[in-house]
Amino acid sequence: MSEPRIVKFEVFRYSPEGAETGEGKWQTYEVPCPDDYVVLDALNHIKDYIDPTLSHRWSCRMGVCGSCGMMVNGTPNLTCKSFVRDLEHPIRVGPLANFPVVRDLVVELESFMDKLKSVKPWIIRKVEKDVKYGEYLQTPDELDSYRQFSMCINCCLCYAACPVMINEPDFIGPAAIALGFRYNQDSRDEGEAERYAVLAGEHGVWNCSYANECSEVCPKHVDPAAAVNREKLVSALQWLHILPKKGA
Amino acid sequence: MKVIRHDIVLVGGGGAGLRAAIAAVEVSPETTVCCVSKLYPMRSHTVSAEGGAAAVAGSDDNLDLHAYDTLKGSDFLADQDAVEQFVQEAPGELTQLEHWGCPWSREPDGRVAVRAFGGMSVKRTWFAADKTGFHMLHALFQTSMKYDRIVRLDEFFATKLLVDNGRVCGVAALDIRTGEVTAVLGRAVILCTGGAGQVFPFTTNAAVKTGDGMALAYREGVPLKDMEFVQYHPTGLPGTGILITEASRGEGGHLYNNEGERFLVTHDYGVGNKAELGPRDMLSRAIMREMEAGRAFDGSYGKYVHLDLRHLGEKKIDEKLPFVRELARNFVGVDPVHEPIPVRPVVHYMMGGVDTDITGATPMPGLYAAGEVAAVSINGANRLGSNSLTECLVFGRRAGEAAVRFAGDCADGDERVLVDQAEAEHGRMDALRNKVGGEQIAVIRREMQASMESGCGVFRDQGSMDATVAALRQLKGRYADIGLSDRSKVFNTEIVQAMELRNMLDVAEAVAQTAAVRTESRGAHTRTDYPTRDDSQFLKHSLVNFSPQGPEIGYRDVTLTRWTPEERKY
Ligand SMILES: Cc1cc2nc3c(=O)[nH]c(=O)nc-3n(C[C@H](O)[C@H](O)[C@H](O)COP(=O)(O)OP(=O)(O)OC[C@H]3O[C@@H](n4cnc5c(N)ncnc54)[C@H](O)[C@@H]3O)c2cc1C
Ligand code: FES
Repeated sequence: MSEPRIVKFEVFRYSPEGAETGEGKWQTYEVPCPDDYVVLDALNHIKDYIDPTLSHRWSCRMGVCGSCGMMVNGTPNLTCKSFVRDLEHPIRVGPLANFPVVRDLVVELESFMDKLKSVKPWIIRKVEKDVKYGEYLQTPDELDSYRQFSMCINCCLCYAACPVMINEPDFIGPAAIALGFRYNQDSRDEGEAERYAVLAGEHGVWNCSYANECSEVCPKHVDPAAAVNREKLVSALQWLHILPKKGA
Repeated sequence: MKVIRHDIVLVGGGGAGLRAAIAAVEVSPETTVCCVSKLYPMRSHTVSAEGGAAAVAGSDDNLDLHAYDTLKGSDFLADQDAVEQFVQEAPGELTQLEHWGCPWSREPDGRVAVRAFGGMSVKRTWFAADKTGFHMLHALFQTSMKYDRIVRLDEFFATKLLVDNGRVCGVAALDIRTGEVTAVLGRAVILCTGGAGQVFPFTTNAAVKTGDGMALAYREGVPLKDMEFVQYHPTGLPGTGILITEASRGEGGHLYNNEGERFLVTHDYGVGNKAELGPRDMLSRAIMREMEAGRAFDGSYGKYVHLDLRHLGEKKIDEKLPFVRELARNFVGVDPVHEPIPVRPVVHYMMGGVDTDITGATPMPGLYAAGEVAAVSINGANRLGSNSLTECLVFGRRAGEAAVRFAGDCADGDERVLVDQAEAEHGRMDALRNKVGGEQIAVIRREMQASMESGCGVFRDQGSMDATVAALRQLKGRYADIGLSDRSKVFNTEIVQAMELRNMLDVAEAVAQTAAVRTESRGAHTRTDYPTRDDSQFLKHSLVNFSPQGPEIGYRDVTLTRWTPEERKY
């Protein structure tokens, strides 16, 4: 293996306690990075061997748990998938934009969790079939109609990229809309009418200015912008009573 | 001190925990469950499971065949009553997940599709492309949001079981956000904290898989069972240890050495015509033997062999194994459509865990466990791939229901006694946060991991295991002298790492000590100095109990019902 190279990182530090309070600051670290290092590896190196007071979230290190989203050189990214060798130096790592900061690189996610729940992300049926009668049939085409929208890992990069979020923090946002849409599209579900009030309501799809930023940063190609747009169309037609609501 | 009271306290929000929570609130209309989890539940490591979940589905299959495959895979160390129960309830559980929205892959007619998996004699692994755990976990988590009686404490770290007169009545939990300890009280506690792969340096397991639940139970006198059995998955990416799912072989992938041979076919590794679909312990040993024989490739992270998917074609790879393609491209720069993937054995799964019966009950009144933290045992000495996601569901539900029954029959614990214990934990946290000392967390962790790899790897012998036992003793001594530098309370992840390290040292010691005294080879426990299985002495579960002087080890007979242990040949 080739010798690790020393890379400069500027990492955002903030603490609500003690001397660190206030606006926060950028702290510089020099990290020896092997060629296959991702930004998360560098943060872990800092934590383990340079400065154990740094706080950041991570878990799977394989791009699927959604914990490690941060601003990397100004763009929302999964740090476990951002290779140091592909980035301009010094590398700036900050907390996700559009969320209150708890500490260092850790942001407040409670409002996001409430938004997810608000779209009733579960199968709603008038009558549930007993498990002993087997599965609901669903053809591969029916599966394909919602599959992409079920790929969201709740990493919140789309909220950090969304220009609407800056002024409308109550907007339920791309991931929650994509999730609601995912259930509406599912052939097993009959809950569209129950989700309508939230998806088409005050904080729902009509806040979106269709900047498409969400889909550009999505690491799983969920394309939340497409979900928002299609949900807009459906709710407009339903409002005009041209389309019935499933389950109404 | 903040005190929270619910009927049931659950630690862990992965596949097993969420299934237990839903079962508890569904079986009883008044029960409330408090789910304490150090991660937001959808971040739990169940999310990374790729290949699928096993349950009998097709007309070519039956329950006895699933049971037999599982027992043979376990090298006959699994309890046969538990396995029978497991295979019987498995199809209903996976169907239940279907009703809750899990996007299982389908046949053209709309029925759920199944794929082949290692050690399974017919296709019975249900899958959602190669993101099965991700879809299962999100379906469970989203479904759990339906119930207001499931109350979550997200990013709370359980530090101790609260025990009144021998009965568990809650946990002390550190609120990572505030640094305060909360007493979370209930009439039953369910541990669903997952595995402990992080005691090894090279693993598919997330950073958070530190064996916390095992250590919590162990330190309160609950035995750990079969800890010596650690599964190496044959196909991880060198360097990161990221898993390349067995489904890639289930869909037809082949393994090659540096001479271009499909070595599982050309050499006798005991897997017969199962070849790449042999069980994991055998395949991991075969790859290590290839390395020793000089027939592996050399890379910057040591030796590896090739997993070739090219003959499957781009269409099938994109349809059935899209995540494998994404992972290989992102992390090793290899597109499996055009090139073989470099792979090597990697620590993956703990067969052992907290001793439970088939209801999930541990020997401590009120304490239940399910999922990877528990050893029921259906996995014995070697788990078959795709059985453990199903295990999370079957035994998660069983534990949830049993905990409700238990909680219904007993009074609350003595609040004063319990809160006193939580207060003491609070004091301990304050002391730890301010601790001064010469040892570093990261250094002790690294040495522990290296020592586990050298003593408790794929091949073991007395000398190397004894050396690991001694090294761990010494590391535990050094742990007493660790120093922390982060004095703040808000989101202090250093104190969390300190507690995880303590848990891992206890778990590692249990693994190494039980391994060192099992003088036979069985399943994943392979000794070069005792190469054969010895049923006359060791058709037994090991049980290890905590004592201040060091682990105390005993044994219990395996439960046999209808199958006689036989030589394991495929
Ligand atoms: C990469 C990979 C792929 C896999 N693929 C498959 C597969 O295809 N098929 C299969 O059957 N199995 C597979 N497995 C195995 C299977 O995924 C796991 O055994 C299973 O998901 C474990 O689930 P669990 O609910 O027991 O634990 P986890 O999902 O790990 O959840 C543990 C929970 O406990 C919480 N927790 C832990 N400690 C504490 C604490 N101290 N305080 C509070 N909360 C705590 C965590 O926050 C988390 O919510 C795979 C495993 C890996 C690593
Ligand atoms: S650590 Fe899980 S997505 Fe990056």
